[in-house]
Amino acid sequence: MHESRTNATDREPAGAMEDLARDPGSRKRFLKMVGGAGAASAFAVFLAACNSDDGGGGGGGGGSAAKPDVASPGGVASNRDRGGDPKEGTSDLDILNYALSLENLETSFYGKVIESGLFRGSQLELIKKFADNERQHRELLEATVEKLGGKPAAPKKTTFPLSSARGVLALAAEIENGGAAAYLGQANRIRDKEVLAAALSIHSVEARHAATLNGLVGLPPTPQGSFAAPLSMEEVLTTVQQFIVS
Amino acid sequence: MTRVTPAVPTLNAVEVHGLTRASFILRGAFAVGTVYSAGAIGPYVKNALAQGSAGDIDVLNFALTLELLETAFYERALRLQLSGDVREMAQTFGTHEREHVAAIKETIDGLGGKPDRAPKFSFPLSDERSFLALAQTLEETGVSAYNGAATQIEAPEVLAAAGQIVQIEARHAAAIRSARSQAPAPLAFDKSLGMEQVLQAAKPFLKT
Repeated sequence: MHESRTNATDREPAGAMEDLARDPGSRKRFLKMVGGAGAASAFAVFLAACNSDDGGGGGGGGGSAAKPDVASPGGVASNRDRGGDPKEGTSDLDILNYALSLENLETSFYGKVIESGLFRGSQLELIKKFADNERQHRELLEATVEKLGGKPAAPKKTTFPLSSARGVLALAAEIENGGAAAYLGQANRIRDKEVLAAALSIHSVEARHAATLNGLVGLPPTPQGSFAAPLSMEEVLTTVQQFIVS
Repeated sequence: MTRVTPAVPTLNAVEVHGLTRASFILRGAFAVGTVYSAGAIGPYVKNALAQGSAGDIDVLNFALTLELLETAFYERALRLQLSGDVREMAQTFGTHEREHVAAIKETIDGLGGKPDRAPKFSFPLSDERSFLALAQTLEETGVSAYNGAATQIEAPEVLAAAGQIVQIEARHAAAIRSARSQAPAPLAFDKSLGMEQVLQAAKPFLKT
């Protein structure tokens, strides 16, 4: 269970995303999470943890986790609240297949965008480049899942609202901002250093996509300021449901 | 194997896997020592030796130096004649880097470490063009530096924080590339740099 996000509302990126309003419910929630999760949350929680002598470790029994006054809306805090060790409960294979399912979604999205005929010229070239990046992410993740003895998540049938170029760019920005936040939410849950290195090398590329698309729809490249906020697996999976045809 | 590259701020992918942290830092410091003045590497070597297992503090101090460099760079850039958008970018990004500095210092303090002092920097900046070109180099170096160093971090909270920062550096890099009409995400996978490569890349901007 994640905490309620009381701080989130006042940080929601406004403006350009409004013309997306087709599906206000879940979509807006997504934005809120992407834009709103407390900026310096990891540091805040971390500092609080450092200052308390009985920190996470073997401290006597209950109540040694997070102090109530540092309750933070960030995904990192959520991970901690689930039981101290963020790595608990998820394997690298789970995380890789989660990332793969997101890359499958992004690849499918860009494929449909390219087919839609809504773009030409330099914007089409940019979209094709991003699509190619996502395809390469997917291939690496698939290969890594197989190398670890797992079964790669299969692409699902998807649906996206593709009526106007501007709406598509705004949706693309949302998806990429969410993707970057999704990778960020998993970084400290990965056990294997090579898997971590791969995830990090993808994470910053998703961030580049997000910043670029933000620029195309009139949002700042860094809507959250100095520190990017993570999203948890649950948050992301709930949000992407709207694009999956069951 | 780790390669030592010429002291120019270009980016090379470097594998850092398979090196222990201690040997990594020492090798880095020695490699750097061949081109750095002793004064410049002194504190670095001392930290590596003195802190032994306190690895996260070393990584954080490494990140701190980078952020100090970036902060100084954007401050210096604001003394140039910059057009409206570019000035705003320099201001905003400079603020981010300053906040990274503050957060990293606090974290080092919280871990019981000692934040490295800010070196003196100088930058070859003459106009908007040279600013944007160098900004791209520095931000790209920052992304690769964090991506390379992050795998060595042990505390999950420190790793999460490094992730929160590197995402911002990547966003900066993309925005600056776009401002220079360059592909914002030229590679599907961002490269990582080892600490010594980063320090060498930073060398031209350190005042001796």
